Amino acid sequence: MNYYAIKAIYRYEMARMFRTAVQSIIAPVLSTSLYFVIFGSAIGSRITEIDGISYGAFIAPGLVMLSIMTESISNSSFAIYFPKFTGTIFEVLSAPVSYGEVLLGYVGAAATKSVIIGSIILATASLFVDIEIAHPLFMIAFLLLICVSFCLFGFILGLWATGWEKLTIVPTLIIMPLTFLGGTFYSISMLPPVWQTISLFNPIVYLISGFRWTFYGNADVGIGLSLGITVGFLIVCLLTVRWIFKTGYRLRS
Amino acid sequence: MRSMISIKKLTKTYAGGFEALKDVSLEIDQGEIFALLGPNGAGKTTLINVVCGIVNASSGEVLIDGSDIVSDYRLTRSKIGLVPQELPSESFETVWNTCCFSRGLFGRPADSKHLERVLKSLSLWDKKDTVSMQLSGGMKRRVLIAKALAHEPEILFLDEPTAGVDVELRQDMWNVVTSLRDQGVTVILTTHYIEEAEQLADRIGVIDHGEIILVEEKAKLMRDMGKKQLVLHLQEPLVDIPSQLSSYDLGLSKDQRDLTYTYDTKRQSTGITALLSDLRTAGIYFNDLQTSQSSLEDIFVDLVNEGR
Repeated sequence: MNYYAIKAIYRYEMARMFRTAVQSIIAPVLSTSLYFVIFGSAIGSRITEIDGISYGAFIAPGLVMLSIMTESISNSSFAIYFPKFTGTIFEVLSAPVSYGEVLLGYVGAAATKSVIIGSIILATASLFVDIEIAHPLFMIAFLLLICVSFCLFGFILGLWATGWEKLTIVPTLIIMPLTFLGGTFYSISMLPPVWQTISLFNPIVYLISGFRWTFYGNADVGIGLSLGITVGFLIVCLLTVRWIFKTGYRLRS
Repeated sequence: MRSMISIKKLTKTYAGGFEALKDVSLEIDQGEIFALLGPNGAGKTTLINVVCGIVNASSGEVLIDGSDIVSDYRLTRSKIGLVPQELPSESFETVWNTCCFSRGLFGRPADSKHLERVLKSLSLWDKKDTVSMQLSGGMKRRVLIAKALAHEPEILFLDEPTAGVDVELRQDMWNVVTSLRDQGVTVILTTHYIEEAEQLADRIGVIDHGEIILVEEKAKLMRDMGKKQLVLHLQEPLVDIPSQLSSYDLGLSKDQRDLTYTYDTKRQSTGITALLSDLRTAGIYFNDLQTSQSSLEDIFVDLVNEGR
């Protein structure tokens, strides 16, 4: 195991985060605070409780999910796409590192950033609403699992992208709508039956539902199913990255 | 001499069908400076990229100090440093941080003393806290060399290292390269500046259309393939070369004042004595003469043209 390489990549990526702290940390915290002000306070005051939870508290786990998913994808896709774009990727490709070590460095750093951002957002949320965490260990496990999975997904996106447009098209046109329609701001039980059925085809529903369960013990779908879908997504991402490194797809000609 | 790089029957065909390398075999010894020359698109960079692990070979074998670059990639890659042809840089990183990153990436523990020595040898020490985007092109080139040397490689690939740098910097880099060779580092150099190869290389390889067309010691190459010319400055302009001198390889300058005789140094007799005697018989006199030898560039151009 090339520990020095993992450490070098990890430290390098973390340094980039602190160098761009306004963009990396302050921007997502600000946008989440605005969600709380608009949805939690302005609109939430007109909405009754959902499953016995105030609306502001209900949307908090969903907002954390929304932020960490988008941040995880954005951080890790940029981390690997930028060296490809500038040409500095040659150094990683010619280094004595395995794909697992490259992943640990890049995805480890991106996931760390996401966990930091998620924690800050949670702390920010607690300033607006009373938040209880019914299953703290599950909450941490879910948070880590989702951060790592979406960082892996972002890493794949960064490897696949051949231009800046492709880099933003998936988070903007696929992930963001699925997250908004995945129960961030509502419980899918509030939807008409046909839309409830359609919603169950949205994988994000299971992630948000599972994460919300760790807070309030209530969920739109069973926690076992949520956990299974999340772990399944992680495995698919891992296998895809392994295939990319083995074949050199868009990395080695 | 120990073989440091052993390339056997290496081929590379890109997805589009372009054959960049055709059955390339090459041996490079430990501690030598090997210059790989070739026109644009000849396959120089592809060959380097295959050895460094950036491009996958289609077939063939590459051994680094006896170890295979695929099955023993950790060992082989840790021995190689690469300075690429392009100037990619981590724009927002300082010179020091980017060199530390390179050293760690290649599996070496932090060593500030070594990095300090490298940066000082490349006149970069006073720029160590400067971010790459604020450096000139020449300085960025030096940073790339420093990054390649950060992990103390035994083999250094320099893919056109002095492209776009000024004369002073080029001389500095030449000094660094010769000093590395003196320390036992094997250096493989591709360059468009033939005088660079002439100045630095121990051996020369010429690649064209993906095939190695020649590998030879520089001194022997210049001795064997070099032509010499004798230029005679005539006392009176000469309208035409007389027929009795037609057996000599002679040329007349446009102003009809210089008569050039091209001869082969490998032949037992250069024919100079006979030519001078025949000139006197023909009543052609000269008041000055000089000789010159063809450069490596002339030899390179001849070789590449012969192959086409």
